[in-house]
Amino acid sequence: MSASGGHTARIGVVVFPGINTDHDTARAISTFADAEPVWLWHKDTDLRGVEAIVIPGGFSYGDYLRCGAIARFSPIMGAIADFAAAGGLIMGICNGFQILTEAHLLPGALIRNIGLKFVCRYVDLRVENAGTPFTQTAEPGDVLRVVVKHNEGNYRVDPETLAAMRANGQVVLRYCEPDGTERDDCSPNGALDGIAGVCNADFNVFGLMPHPENSVEPGLAGGTDGRVFFQSILNEVRDMAAAR
Amino acid sequence: MHVRVYVTPKHGILDPQGVAVERSLPALGFDGVSGVRVGKFIELQIDLADGTPADQARSEIDEMCRKLLANPIIEDYTFTVDQA
Repeated sequence: MSASGGHTARIGVVVFPGINTDHDTARAISTFADAEPVWLWHKDTDLRGVEAIVIPGGFSYGDYLRCGAIARFSPIMGAIADFAAAGGLIMGICNGFQILTEAHLLPGALIRNIGLKFVCRYVDLRVENAGTPFTQTAEPGDVLRVVVKHNEGNYRVDPETLAAMRANGQVVLRYCEPDGTERDDCSPNGALDGIAGVCNADFNVFGLMPHPENSVEPGLAGGTDGRVFFQSILNEVRDMAAAR
Repeated sequence: MHVRVYVTPKHGILDPQGVAVERSLPALGFDGVSGVRVGKFIELQIDLADGTPADQARSEIDEMCRKLLANPIIEDYTFTVDQA
């Protein structure tokens, strides 16, 4: 029970060798009074009763072969696939997004940035779908400012799948200008259609290249726009717990 | 057996490295080059039980390619096999 006497959500943070924003992610979760981070190690096969999972960013297995390709075969990924199949909420950030595409839990793939350079800067993101469990505390069209830091964030998917994703509302976040308008060059990586974040068809798995965990604390330079994603997950977890 | 696997960006998928290389070549005086794709070359050795049929070996290598060595969403692959 949290200090407020309500439900304390247990949010799993998955650690693969080479992941480097695991502590940022756990700290971000800790800034919410009704949530606690639960460490999950890549060799675990038991999810320790978590109610949602965040796969943080970094360089799992050194990005060898392809980003996320080796992590996908870690022992914990079987349990994560089962968790997803049962409707559990999973958010993959950056390398976590890449891992989820490699595991076929999200459509598409992420390739080298179009400029062949690692990009590390603020981006503005437009919320295209505010009806998902990961964005439900935002309004459609909200512009969120968070950082990206990646070398392979160029989202690619075949045209038929993209058409279906658009029709379903699975394109959740797109890069935009600070005022929410689009220009050809507002994507930092050349992503198809300026896509920054997508959901699966069941809307319980979400991946995004930007790092919301670095924009959660008032008074720090990163702002607080990243709280939307964590707050949305916590609201969903609370509703799921109430429904049980 | 000795296996050589070639992984290339799928046709129709943007290849930022290939584009960069293609643009660099004319600067060095190599004109008329097009269709540059930058991929990966993976070599591996497989020890099979005596009498394993060749087509079974090939289907196993194909599975390796599909599951790990290449990502079929963005990459094509081919491989060659030497009985050495």
